[in-house]
Amino acid sequence: MVDLRNLNRRQAVHLVALAAAILLPPVVLAADEPFFISLASRMLIYGLAAASLDLILGFGGMVSFGHAAFFGVGGYTVGILFTHGFQGSEFLGLFPGSDNALIVWPLAMLVSGLLALAIGAVSLRTGGVYFIMITLAFAQMLYFFFVSLETYGGDDGLSMYGRSRFPGLDLSDDTSFYYVCLALLLLFLWLGHRLTRSRFGMVIAGVRENERRMIALGFPVYRYKLACFTIAGAVAGLSGALIANLTEFVSPSMMVWTKSGEIMVMTIMGGMGTLIGPVFGVAAFLLMEEVLSAWTEHWQIVLGPLLILIVLFAKRGIYGWLVGREGGR
Amino acid sequence: MTALLVLEQLLNGLQLGVMLFLLAAGLTLVFGIMDMINLAHGSLYMVGAFVAATVAEYTGSFMLGLLAALPAAALVGMAVELIALRTLYERNHLDQVLATFGLILFFNELVRIVWGPRAIFMDVPEALSGTVEIVPGAPYPAFRLAIIAAGIAVALFLYFLITRTRIGMLIRAGASNREMVGALGVDVKLLFTLVFGLGAALAGLAGAMAGPLFAVEVGMGEGVLILTFVVIVIGGIGSVRGALVGALLVGLVDTLGRAFLPTLLRLVVEPATADGVGASLSSMSIYLLMVAVLVWRPRGLFPAHG
Repeated sequence: MVDLRNLNRRQAVHLVALAAAILLPPVVLAADEPFFISLASRMLIYGLAAASLDLILGFGGMVSFGHAAFFGVGGYTVGILFTHGFQGSEFLGLFPGSDNALIVWPLAMLVSGLLALAIGAVSLRTGGVYFIMITLAFAQMLYFFFVSLETYGGDDGLSMYGRSRFPGLDLSDDTSFYYVCLALLLLFLWLGHRLTRSRFGMVIAGVRENERRMIALGFPVYRYKLACFTIAGAVAGLSGALIANLTEFVSPSMMVWTKSGEIMVMTIMGGMGTLIGPVFGVAAFLLMEEVLSAWTEHWQIVLGPLLILIVLFAKRGIYGWLVGREGGR
Repeated sequence: MTALLVLEQLLNGLQLGVMLFLLAAGLTLVFGIMDMINLAHGSLYMVGAFVAATVAEYTGSFMLGLLAALPAAALVGMAVELIALRTLYERNHLDQVLATFGLILFFNELVRIVWGPRAIFMDVPEALSGTVEIVPGAPYPAFRLAIIAAGIAVALFLYFLITRTRIGMLIRAGASNREMVGALGVDVKLLFTLVFGLGAALAGLAGAMAGPLFAVEVGMGEGVLILTFVVIVIGGIGSVRGALVGALLVGLVDTLGRAFLPTLLRLVVEPATADGVGASLSSMSIYLLMVAVLVWRPRGLFPAHG
């Protein structure tokens, strides 16, 4: 148990954030502003996506510019199976659809993970600028694939007529759904934290710092990186599955390349290589988007230069700024 | 009949390839010399297209529009280089990606404010609005032929510039070892700015020529930017020759795939499935090409370094 009298600054930040996340639904419901629950759910879901990107970007030093692809494929897995379940038809004539969260969410992770395995297997053969552009190109390939996939709505996307069923919970209730997202995010942050402190995480960090030395030490660097890439892809798939449930809609725009850019921006804004930092980045980014877009429709003209300034002067991110010097990795 | 159709699609592919080459040449030079990843290259293409469209509308002359687009894109490019990019050369690729991503957002919104959200449609210049019969019975739009010719001219110009002139020598030297070039007394900063301006002018030229073919609209630079990345990855980063080969490959594979894949698949499977699968496959074809090239040669067809 944490002794409240000897909290250091980082623990205090975590505790305040956790308390705010838990108390948010009753507070906004009391204030009769239920819109904020859906906004906060979006923050948690994108937070999961950004934290998963941080695993490869911050810890692994792999600049993947195609993370939204896994996000989108996770969403489509849920959307397509939901549609088949709704129509009573079968996917490719092989197996029936489903709207059971315990089936389709892990399946979304599996599909995205396998896809990440395939994409990573090719992309990780290269490095540097090549890696950035190849991951971008793969994501764009999947984007065009889903645009031309007329069976599942093509460019217009696919509407779901409800959310996944979760045994014992009513996910169509926004508050319940919010807490499920929160639980999943916390679970990943905890597992991810354990992972980065494990031997596996140490090797990944070693590769980031000096790949050549790790190879010389005899580590199968390629396989470690591929495993890391696959895990991140699977978790991004889960967040895609969640966003499909939140909006009850999936479309190719989930994996357009600017979405990958946005997730990357959120990760950097929050503080790279901290796992929890990107969640703060997401919250700040989405809040800023709400505020600026209410103020002017041309809000991106503010965001663009702001981004450049953040890159140039504030690389430690919001989290680094909140927890002070000790918060760096 | 079929032979003529294939010929027409070959020319279409060549025309797309040439357009991609104009963009890829500038981008690959910036990569090669400055080791800088610039996502905002597509924005310069967009600026070129908008300036060309506006000038052409006011003067009624496409040529004047084209001539205005080149210096406009070059000036915007050099201004961006001086203000923002110059501070990024020493940063890592992640920083460069993010900052130039910010530039894209900025330029898209700026263009939306200045020109409005609606697409502009440019007319094909009158002198080139007709068709030319390359072989008897196969009329082909003169404007597309002119684009191919312009692309070949630019390729020859770049070849001459890089291999036969002093500035080309400096560009090649800079790509091999930029510290050493600086130590030998060359003003590397000025060289960078000039190369960037050249790349921007080529992007502007591509944008101006794309105007009558596609709609001139906000965000038009991004789709073509990613195609350009595929071109550069296939060709080998930093190599202008690789950019040319990669651009033609991508242009041909994309165009021919879209034109003939569904028809070819109809021979194997039933028509409805063939159209669906064909459309999906052909939209993915260039990425599959890229994967094939990379499995074979991880650093592209013509790696510039080592």
